[in-house]
Amino acid sequence: MGAGHAHKLYRHAHSPVHELPPHTKLAAVLGFVVVVVSTPREAVWAFAGYALLLAVVAAKARVPAGFLLKRLLIEVPFVAFALLMPFVVPGEQTEVLGVSLSVPGLWGAWNVLAKGTLGVAASVLLASTTELRALLLGLQRLKLPPMLVQIASFMIRYGDVITDEMRRMSVARRSRGFEARGVRHWGVLAKSAGALFIRSYERGERVHLAMVSRGYTGTMPVIDEVTATRAQWRYAAALPLTALLICLLGWTTS
Amino acid sequence: MTTPPSLEVSGLAYAYPDGHQALFGVDLTVGRGERVALLGPNGAGKTTLVLHLNGIHTGGAGTVTVAGLPVGKKHLAEIRRKVGIVFQDPDDQLFMPTVREDVAFGPAAAGVRGAELDAVVRKALDRVGMADYADRPPHHLSFGQRRRVAVATVLAMEPEILVLDEPSSNLDPASRRELADILRSLDVTVLMVTHDLPYALELCPRAVILSEGVIAADGRTGEILADTELMARHRLELPFGFVPSSVA
Repeated sequence: MGAGHAHKLYRHAHSPVHELPPHTKLAAVLGFVVVVVSTPREAVWAFAGYALLLAVVAAKARVPAGFLLKRLLIEVPFVAFALLMPFVVPGEQTEVLGVSLSVPGLWGAWNVLAKGTLGVAASVLLASTTELRALLLGLQRLKLPPMLVQIASFMIRYGDVITDEMRRMSVARRSRGFEARGVRHWGVLAKSAGALFIRSYERGERVHLAMVSRGYTGTMPVIDEVTATRAQWRYAAALPLTALLICLLGWTTS
Repeated sequence: MTTPPSLEVSGLAYAYPDGHQALFGVDLTVGRGERVALLGPNGAGKTTLVLHLNGIHTGGAGTVTVAGLPVGKKHLAEIRRKVGIVFQDPDDQLFMPTVREDVAFGPAAAGVRGAELDAVVRKALDRVGMADYADRPPHHLSFGQRRRVAVATVLAMEPEILVLDEPSSNLDPASRRELADILRSLDVTVLMVTHDLPYALELCPRAVILSEGVIAADGRTGEILADTELMARHRLELPFGFVPSSVA
């Protein structure tokens, strides 16, 4: 049924980064991203510094460059938007290879591209070194509202179950000679989506019943608690703190 | 000093909010350590009865008592620990990311923590032969394995009575037999809702028929299944070629 034993984004390995407790990694990535977006866009060298930092983390985590770059492709739609900016933003114009481009637009594009890429790369590194389950425990530890953690956890548990149900419905449709070929068939697909929703909703009710039957009263009992030592926090903090140093230099020199 | 029966249902009647009456005065007593099959055609009110046993449904007439404790708002947490319901679809029952966490859910909700919790989980998984699968996500298990883990999630709560809703449904013959072996090995009161009459005969010395919201028959499973007239009246049919007297 399911593809593997872990999520597709996760890359199993033993490394100091993999072994860090999830909440320290989450905090580090969040800190890093905040620092990156607060950096003045004119401090071009600072962004090179950040990229270097991430490269060091990737090397420590034994995440190959190819793996990282492939997963960065998720960013492509945003890149397309950034590429439009030099053409549409009004302001001072400049000539590049005979094409007239806006200077503020170019800076804007660079800003979106650089900060976006660094943010996505940091998240990809987090996802490839931390199992989904651990991420949830980390979020719980960082005091994210329990309801959100529960919703995310059920999404992971039932994603496959619902996908499977969807596949069975599709097989049943096709077995009766239905092939979605155009707008005229959207009605059938919409009804299937509705039926899937109702099935999932009813499953939700049954799951709730099963939970209540085992003593659920609105909060998930704590089964696994994640803890971190000071040394682990210090290790995780190395990334955002070094980034902060670069950021401050960026502000003072630009 | 006599121990109270595991389950005592008396005069239980219930109508759904939409007016449909499902139970018309059910009386049923299950003694400690008994294994009883609850038989009945579709729509007889079996599931409704089961949901009364741990207080999911309340508010109709009559009383339900579990090991001497009346089912009601006051003792709900205690009742739900004592009545372990294994639902029909293990995907509904197993809602946590891993087998271990799922088995731990009930005891953890009751306040068990740390090493004690680990021990409870291990023991429950051992009892169903699934200890090696503790760290697997439930959706990577076979259907039979999931059913066994579902039984373990309930055993972990050390219930007074184990209530199984169609335990043999969707199981291949080998998994069906493995589950029977497990159920036989447990030292716990069992109420088994089933359409699988040979399974009822194999596992439960006593059977009751729930039909149109009342207990229509109560006796030795072999005798009930052999009473063709009684069986036909309640839409119960044996599989082709199955003769209860030949095995009982």
